Amino acid sequence: MSIKSTLHELKMKYQGQKMAPAFNAFHTFLFAPNETTHSGSHVRGADDLKRTMNTVIMALVPILVFSMFNAGYQYYSALNGFPENFSVLEHFITWDNFWIGIIKVLPLVVVSYGIGLLVEFIFAVIKGHEVEEGYLVTGMLVPLIVPVDTPLWMLAVAVVFGVVIGKEVFGGTGMNILNPALTIRAFLFFAYPTWMSGDKVWVYEARERSEQILAGADNVDAISGETILGYLAQNNEAAMSAKYSISDMFFGFVPGSVGETSAFLCLLGGSFLIFSKIASWRIMVSAVIGALVMGLIFNQVVELGWIGETNKFYGLMSFDFWKHLIVGGLAFGIVYMATDPVTGSQTNKGKWIYGFFIGFIAIMIRVFNPAYPEGVFLAILLMNVFAPTIDHYVIQGNVKQRMKRLKNAVVLPRDSESAAKELKAETV
Amino acid sequence: MALLTKKDTSLILDPLADNNPITIQVLGICSALAITAELEASIVMAISVIFVMGLGNVVISLMRDIIPSKIRIIVQLIVVATLVIIVDQVLKAYAYELSKTLGAFIGLIITNCIIMGRFEAFALANGPWKSFLDGIGNALGYGVILIIVGFFRELLGSGTLLGYPVLGDPIMKTGLFATGYENNGFMILPPAALIVVGILIWVQRSKNPALIEDN
Repeated sequence: MSIKSTLHELKMKYQGQKMAPAFNAFHTFLFAPNETTHSGSHVRGADDLKRTMNTVIMALVPILVFSMFNAGYQYYSALNGFPENFSVLEHFITWDNFWIGIIKVLPLVVVSYGIGLLVEFIFAVIKGHEVEEGYLVTGMLVPLIVPVDTPLWMLAVAVVFGVVIGKEVFGGTGMNILNPALTIRAFLFFAYPTWMSGDKVWVYEARERSEQILAGADNVDAISGETILGYLAQNNEAAMSAKYSISDMFFGFVPGSVGETSAFLCLLGGSFLIFSKIASWRIMVSAVIGALVMGLIFNQVVELGWIGETNKFYGLMSFDFWKHLIVGGLAFGIVYMATDPVTGSQTNKGKWIYGFFIGFIAIMIRVFNPAYPEGVFLAILLMNVFAPTIDHYVIQGNVKQRMKRLKNAVVLPRDSESAAKELKAETV
Repeated sequence: MALLTKKDTSLILDPLADNNPITIQVLGICSALAITAELEASIVMAISVIFVMGLGNVVISLMRDIIPSKIRIIVQLIVVATLVIIVDQVLKAYAYELSKTLGAFIGLIITNCIIMGRFEAFALANGPWKSFLDGIGNALGYGVILIIVGFFRELLGSGTLLGYPVLGDPIMKTGLFATGYENNGFMILPPAALIVVGILIWVQRSKNPALIEDN
């Protein structure tokens, strides 16, 4: 007897038992389910939730691999200085770099999935429904949007909070208002701000070393890795551009949250998601437009001379508008977070508005909040809250337009007024 | 005759659980969010509200036959304002630091929806003894939630209880902090109170499904 039929038999035998949802989750993870809908007409589609989720994960794998190398690259560069004549094969794709990724990035992934799926299982067993696939993507996103040195217990606490308060209280996958991965990020940021910002968290060991130095150890070299936006928030563009070139920013050889640095890979992943029709291109395009518009406004303010070089916003405001797209987490947020079909807008017109404001507000927060020079996650969470409202007004607008059209329609020669009334009653 | 009849007991005990002003009627949330970052402030706020509500209910109940119904809200406001000012002055005299922490919120007891709600719904229609019990009961229900929320917020947010460092010293890294534990800054922010109250509501309703409205 094959495993498949054994599992099927076991499933039938223990149907309705308390732990059945947990068992069924493993079962459907391994094999196609052996039950079909019993009544009613239905269309059989290949793109079920599991496949949708897997496609997003496939788009995330290159970023995960890149970030594992980058964790090591940033560490050794901070220690020994950035290599001259940088070549990807020689300095980036090395075992030493990858090893740092294995000991620092992989544990984040394991904890994120382990704790998150545990919470999902517990809820499925309590509620007696099937385990939902929703966490598959969240679990991969979470390790990519936190600093590399985040303690594992903090991540675990945040994951429990994000899954329970961000998702399960609303009724589980598909019912949540806020993106769970960003809820986790926001919780971490507000709960443990010293671990989530500053120049000591983006590079492995930077914080540990600075603590040792504070404690009086003199055989330790201090390392730090300020993000590009961090430099700009301190009006220190000169130091930033001496350290990182435009291509560094675009390809992602810069410090930052684990997986957010590479705009290039986000572009590839985004194209893949658009090509496979998983994510909405409208949201991505309009978010980019929104970010550019806000960036242009700030550039214009600087050009008109409304603020001087000593102004604390000068560094970020004078930053070329198109460069905003390739630094920080904007690209990652737009491609993987803003396009979440559950929390985003559903209507096409709504998607344009929703996306535009994500880009627009993200850059605004970036510039006006120098204490924390990245606002993408806040912008997306804010627009998550407004997405249903946007949809509501788009739909109402559509209804109004149709009603107007109906009123103006020339109605048949018969008794025109009563016919119009009938027609109206039908359409409404 | 016993001091408290069965009905009297239920006047006090009901608001503690199944008819709680905060978790069931969802009243008085503003102060629950604002002053619960520390346990001490929660306790003082709870005591102040118990005093104001118990006495206020009695006064309104005694005057219930002579208050013209058209101006009853004004009369109620005057009664509650008088009591609140007494509390405020006492705090300023004997616990100045604490009164600074509580700030405007002692004054804002006047606008606490629970108090006006009980005046309107109960004291205007019942005798002084019953009104007194009702006031104490509702204020206790309010206070219990405040203290639970304050307990968790201070413990998780600052690692202290009533100012006493129960989890160790975060700067010297003693106690729990030696293992790498950190205070949760989120718990000090007002949204944390909203979430703790939400969790309390969740727990209460899953224990007693009769409380869930059908919709």
